[in-house]
Amino acid sequence: MTTNRRGWVWLLAATLLLAAAVVLGVMVGPAGSLSAANWNIIWNVRMPRVALAAIVGAMLSLAGASYQGVFRNPLVDPYLLGAAGGAGLGATMVIAFGRAATSDWFVDPLPLAAFLGAIAAVTVTYLAGAAFGSMRTSTSLVLAGVAVASLTSAIQAFVLQRSSDGVIRAVYNWLLGSLVNASWHDVRLVLPYVVVSGAVLLAHRRHLDVLRVGDDEALTLGLDVRRVRITVVAAATIGTAAVVSVSGLIAFVGIVVPHAVRMVCGGSYRRVLPISIAVGAAFLILADIPGRMLQNPAETPLGVVTAFCGAPFFMVLLRTRRATV
Amino acid sequence: MSELLFGDLSVSYDGRVAVHPLTLAVPSGGWLCLIGPNGAGKSSVLRSACGLVAHGGSVTVAGVDTATMSTRRRSRAIAFVPQVPVLPADMTVYEYVLLGRSPFISYFGVASASDRAAAAEVLGELDLADFAQRRLETLSGGERQRIVLARAIAQGSPVLLLDEPTSALDIGHQQQALELVDRMRRERGLTVVSAMHDLTLAGLYADRLALLHEGGLVAQGSPAEVLRAEILSEFYGVSVRVHYEDDGTAIVIPNRRTRV
Repeated sequence: MTTNRRGWVWLLAATLLLAAAVVLGVMVGPAGSLSAANWNIIWNVRMPRVALAAIVGAMLSLAGASYQGVFRNPLVDPYLLGAAGGAGLGATMVIAFGRAATSDWFVDPLPLAAFLGAIAAVTVTYLAGAAFGSMRTSTSLVLAGVAVASLTSAIQAFVLQRSSDGVIRAVYNWLLGSLVNASWHDVRLVLPYVVVSGAVLLAHRRHLDVLRVGDDEALTLGLDVRRVRITVVAAATIGTAAVVSVSGLIAFVGIVVPHAVRMVCGGSYRRVLPISIAVGAAFLILADIPGRMLQNPAETPLGVVTAFCGAPFFMVLLRTRRATV
Repeated sequence: MSELLFGDLSVSYDGRVAVHPLTLAVPSGGWLCLIGPNGAGKSSVLRSACGLVAHGGSVTVAGVDTATMSTRRRSRAIAFVPQVPVLPADMTVYEYVLLGRSPFISYFGVASASDRAAAAEVLGELDLADFAQRRLETLSGGERQRIVLARAIAQGSPVLLLDEPTSALDIGHQQQALELVDRMRRERGLTVVSAMHDLTLAGLYADRLALLHEGGLVAQGSPAEVLRAEILSEFYGVSVRVHYEDDGTAIVIPNRRTRV
């Protein structure tokens, strides 16, 4: 059908965009463009940073699109069920405990704590939402997410309020999200989670299309709505937790990229999910470039850039295209 | 071969009884219409049959209890058209009708050539082929009802449940939609159960009527047996007269209380 062919064209365009972003991301930096002299910088600083930006952007966009699908709400992002709050709390605990004390640990506890914090928060949300609300509505789940997020931020505020200025600054920097210290080690650390989570989510794109007619009708079309929702939420959460554990809380990508893709290519998740991966990766690579250059040698936090660039772009899209889910 | 049987079916919400145990049989290829005032339990009966609300008693299709069926298996036996279907604005008619094939697609599979052919066939049968690439938001009320019906037909289930299929339509499109259901029933041997408010239309198309009142089954039979002024007055609390045409069609006319 023609709609399918158009989907391939968009996917190809998004892939070309990603390729251009990768080239640009590798070429541009405070040390100048590509040359034999700064090969070391390119291989050990810029390339892992570009790779990690691509992975983080792709994962947050894919997870955001999937969350929007299972909750049938265009305004949710992958942090909806408390993943951000949990990760933030985990990171805060480690930083407050003292980074000096953990410097010689075999495993760096900061990403681990952020990862586990995110998973734990979403698990608590899911158990509370399922226990206190009707299984059929996702509203109870969303409300439980709000409660868990408030709880984690309360504990976080309590810990921070008893901490030194240095700790508060470190936590704040982490929360804003950054790829300053990106290394091949980080890439290797998160890639397995992202690959598995991405594969599971992509395999559910047809189910997300069925869910577009609502839980009840999807059920009468033979879809095990609860199983699909828990599987998609679990996969999206694990992927999100993995990337935020190394990048911090990069805002806006998970909501703006799928939304933009949807407005341009239509709402079918068979197209939205794969195209969001490519566009999300490209977006974060590009957003990371001004961060290195603007206040050189200081870094502008990536989360600030994504929101600063993404928000106006999003507003233009909202104005020119009608939003559909 | 696709007889639908409600055996002591009951529904309650948080302890409040919505449907008292009722037993109803719809023969294969038959059309039963549930009538009754708002809140009588018509929708609850339909929704329990397709697994949307928990119920007591049993619902069996061709002798198989739906409680023993998986969600997928049940959706192959029973198709449901809700009162207010959700129509994603930018989905095309073809994509929407293809959703009806979901019960036949394996968990990680995609729509096969035969699924696409089945969807295209239904679009053709319902004279919707020209609509295939139209977006749902561009359709009129009558067109929407037809494509929702097309999706349910594409599901290929022997039992079709319709919750007030004509409530949002003008008289011409009401007739068109019900004629379509009737044609599909005859051509595909579907067993149909509908909930309807228009008593005259209900009597015109269904071969049996079941009158529900406050969750209980109070009358059932042929339209001529159920559509009687004294029965309707008692359970709807209205004053009506029923006029019979020569061909036996019952026309229900409300009496105006006071004439000035």
